[in-house]
Amino acid sequence: MQKFLRKNAPAYVFLAPWLIGFFLLAIFPILASLYLSFTQYDVVRPPEWVGIENYQYMFEFDYRFWKSMQVTFTFVVISVPAKLIFALAVAMLLDKGIRAVGWYRALFYLPSILGGSIAVAILWRQLFDYNGVINSVLRFFGGDGPYWLSDPRYSLWTLIVLAVWQFGSPMLIFLAGLRAIPQDLYEAAEIDAAGPARKFFAITVPLLAPVIFFNLVLQMIEAFKSFSGAFIISGGTGAPLDSLLFFTVYLFNEAFSYFRMGYASALGWVLLLIIAAFTAIAFWTSKYWVHYENERG
Amino acid sequence: MASVTLSSVVKAYGNVPVIHGIDLAVNSGEFLVLVGPSGCGKSTLLRMIAGLEEINDGTIAIGERIVNDLPASQRNLSMVFQSYALYPHMSVRKNLAFGLTNLRMPKDEISRRVTEAARILQIEPLMERKPRQLSGGQKQRVAIGRAIVREPQLFLFDEPLSNLDAELRVQMRVELAGLYQRLGTTMIYVTHDQTEAMTMATRIVVLNKGVVEQVGTPYELYNFPCNRFVATFIGSPKMNMLEATTADGAAEIAGIGKLKLPTGIPAKGPVSIGIRPEQIAIGDGGDLAIPGKVSLVEYLGSEIFVYVQLASGERLLVQAPGDARIRNGEPITLSISGHQAHYFDANGQRIGPKGKRQG
Ligand SMILES: Nc1ncnc2c1ncn2[C@@H]1O[C@H](COP(=O)(O)OP(=O)(O)OP(=O)(O)O)[C@@H](O)[C@H]1O
Ligand SMILES: [Mg+2]
Repeated sequence: MQKFLRKNAPAYVFLAPWLIGFFLLAIFPILASLYLSFTQYDVVRPPEWVGIENYQYMFEFDYRFWKSMQVTFTFVVISVPAKLIFALAVAMLLDKGIRAVGWYRALFYLPSILGGSIAVAILWRQLFDYNGVINSVLRFFGGDGPYWLSDPRYSLWTLIVLAVWQFGSPMLIFLAGLRAIPQDLYEAAEIDAAGPARKFFAITVPLLAPVIFFNLVLQMIEAFKSFSGAFIISGGTGAPLDSLLFFTVYLFNEAFSYFRMGYASALGWVLLLIIAAFTAIAFWTSKYWVHYENERG
Repeated sequence: MASVTLSSVVKAYGNVPVIHGIDLAVNSGEFLVLVGPSGCGKSTLLRMIAGLEEINDGTIAIGERIVNDLPASQRNLSMVFQSYALYPHMSVRKNLAFGLTNLRMPKDEISRRVTEAARILQIEPLMERKPRQLSGGQKQRVAIGRAIVREPQLFLFDEPLSNLDAELRVQMRVELAGLYQRLGTTMIYVTHDQTEAMTMATRIVVLNKGVVEQVGTPYELYNFPCNRFVATFIGSPKMNMLEATTADGAAEIAGIGKLKLPTGIPAKGPVSIGIRPEQIAIGDGGDLAIPGKVSLVEYLGSEIFVYVQLASGERLLVQAPGDARIRNGEPITLSISGHQAHYFDANGQRIGPKGKRQG
């Protein structure tokens, strides 16, 4: 043990900043929140142990929890496939050899850099405002746009469009994946009388499956965690009529508006378990539709 | 089975011309081999026939039909790629069936053809495997299988054996020749390999920088090369070239001596004399004796290659039987005969008898 210390101490000294950060900022809060999720805690008084009461209440009585689940799942189920399909479509266009690809790539990637920021969410709010740009354009063509943001029928869709607009990073990954498919397979398929649809479904999709899977998991996790857009556009409350009550927004409100830290921690853990479960399902089904080229067997 | 006719076919990539107006008639049922140095446009020509590459000018006809605007899938041909281009996620069986499925062929017909191809190529035990589980030779068989199930009227091969090791190459060459005899389909075959070209071709096309230098049977190309390029390109080891001037029915080779020209070689101005390494004799028995010094001996078992440095500074390559006792550094006398040599004028064109059909 002493010998081990003497030999490795310098390494640990160098690792220390990272290790301290990791334990202080990641492991400790995680464990603390797990503990807090079994307590009632309003920040002022010390936490009070209540067992599984938080979880019980959540599933049995909290209709806003169920509403937030519904909003979040609707968002995930629509925005993730829409974003992936859009990203793949753009990647395929770029792959077809448009000139100045580098320039377009940068242009298309830009929204992804900006997209997560508060500024863009605010911009989005102004675009879709009743007197915003979108409706001005509609009016110019004689239409009359609805209250995009304050009508619960449309509000979630503006966020879905915002999510799809941030297609840059899955698009770049798709583009790299497409470039890795040997051209002569398409030529062989051409001679084998495969039309464009057949080439896409019989060659592109199966060979791109690992990349599709990677993007799917990444985007799914991202979508479950998505927060800032909904927070800004709904004014921090999930309004109108809770139609933008994303799970994360609800959690934020429980924690920082009502200071129900114990309950918020429980919500956080439920979100974690949901994400973990869906990721696990994705991995489990992947063995039926994702085939890795370099794997034997 | 179909003939293929190319008339003044031109191809450029951007503004870089690659094929400069090629005329070529491939007979029905012929095994035509395209050879030429790297980058001369062999693959491009093949891919234009396949329909994978647009042509800029001229026409390509398969059979009676001009196919310029016909997509590859409707040209009724199959192509075997150098890289095999097997679909990596499909089993061997699916690889073979893919094209037939696309043509909406009935299931039992597909399975009949796939089984038949698997039997011919002896890949029955591999049918459920994926391409990554196959060796190079097996992949090549599958690629050929995928070509033959279509029962096309034309096969195109782009250096199909170049990724195989020497032994497998010879084996596959023999199998391909057998396949050709059995199917009798028109084949156009691109290769770098002299032996493949000479052994398999009914006719060889020598391509250089996008133009056809010569078309002929292997016999014609070897014995009556129509210019210097073909003469030095066909045949391994390479033909020797000596520069000479002609006067009074003889060629004066600078620093070596006079070679009496055979009848039928018009003697005027400078000529290049080409002699194949196996046509140079050791000792003085021919028309002209050439003294020199052995500078290198390569022993190949059945034969040896002797590099001889001449007093004039030139170097000749001589092929001799494997049991010839020749050592490095020895003085040696070589002899050549005028009637065995090839003569080319200042433009590199052949002088003298042009190729007759092999008798
Ligand atoms: N897609 C392309 N774009 C631009 N130039 C090309 C393209 N494909 C081929 N070329 C050029 O065209 C010429 C002929 O190429 P091609 O592939 O037909 O040669 P090849 O005779 O098959 O050579 P190799 O024996 O090395 O396969 C080469 O100079 C090559 O650089
Ligand atoms: Mg080539």
